Amino acid sequence: MNYDVGLIFQIAGVGIVVAMIHTVLKQMGKEEIGNWVTLIAFVVVLYMVATVIDDLFTKIRSVFLFQS
Amino acid sequence: MEIIQIVGLGMITTFLALVVKEQKPVFAFLLTVFTGIIIFLFLVDKIAIMIDLIEELAVNANVNLIYVQTIFKIIGIAYIAEFGAQIARDAGQGAIASKIELTGKVLIMIMAIPIISVIIETILTLIPAASGDFS
Repeated sequence: MNYDVGLIFQIAGVGIVVAMIHTVLKQMGKEEIGNWVTLIAFVVVLYMVATVIDDLFTKIRSVFLFQS
Repeated sequence: MEIIQIVGLGMITTFLALVVKEQKPVFAFLLTVFTGIIIFLFLVDKIAIMIDLIEELAVNANVNLIYVQTIFKIIGIAYIAEFGAQIARDAGQGAIASKIELTGKVLIMIMAIPIISVIIETILTLIPAASGDFS
């Protein structure tokens, strides 16, 4: 288990904070900016997840003899 | 006791996903994917130990290593296809999940063709009459 389990809490925290920001911006009548914030946060989290997916696929390729 | 770690990880993720899902379902989904990957990475290490053992046994038993490697590749395809299909089904894309599973099945059949042909040839050489018919 050498992987950072804290990233789980990080993703959940980003989700909650973005939801709060979205709500606040909606109350202020700036829903467009809220949508942009959601999109950018999604891209950031997606980058984190994609990095780990790449790790997983590389490892599976090496374990199950997929050298190609 | 690594099982306690994994169970704890799964439960924490379940609770966090429940909380996040109310506001932003996308982040809950990414959370699920991330946890699935971490558990799978943990499992891959254990599977590697098993595969090393089986490979050693095969070498000791003078089995042709190409067949063993084909079997490992098939196992790998099965695991990864199942993983991708379940994530796709989790996101509500049942059609994509079915296609991933179908692709896994077809690719496994393709990889098994050399083994099947070897089996058929062996059986045909065992039966004199049949080999006479086919050759």
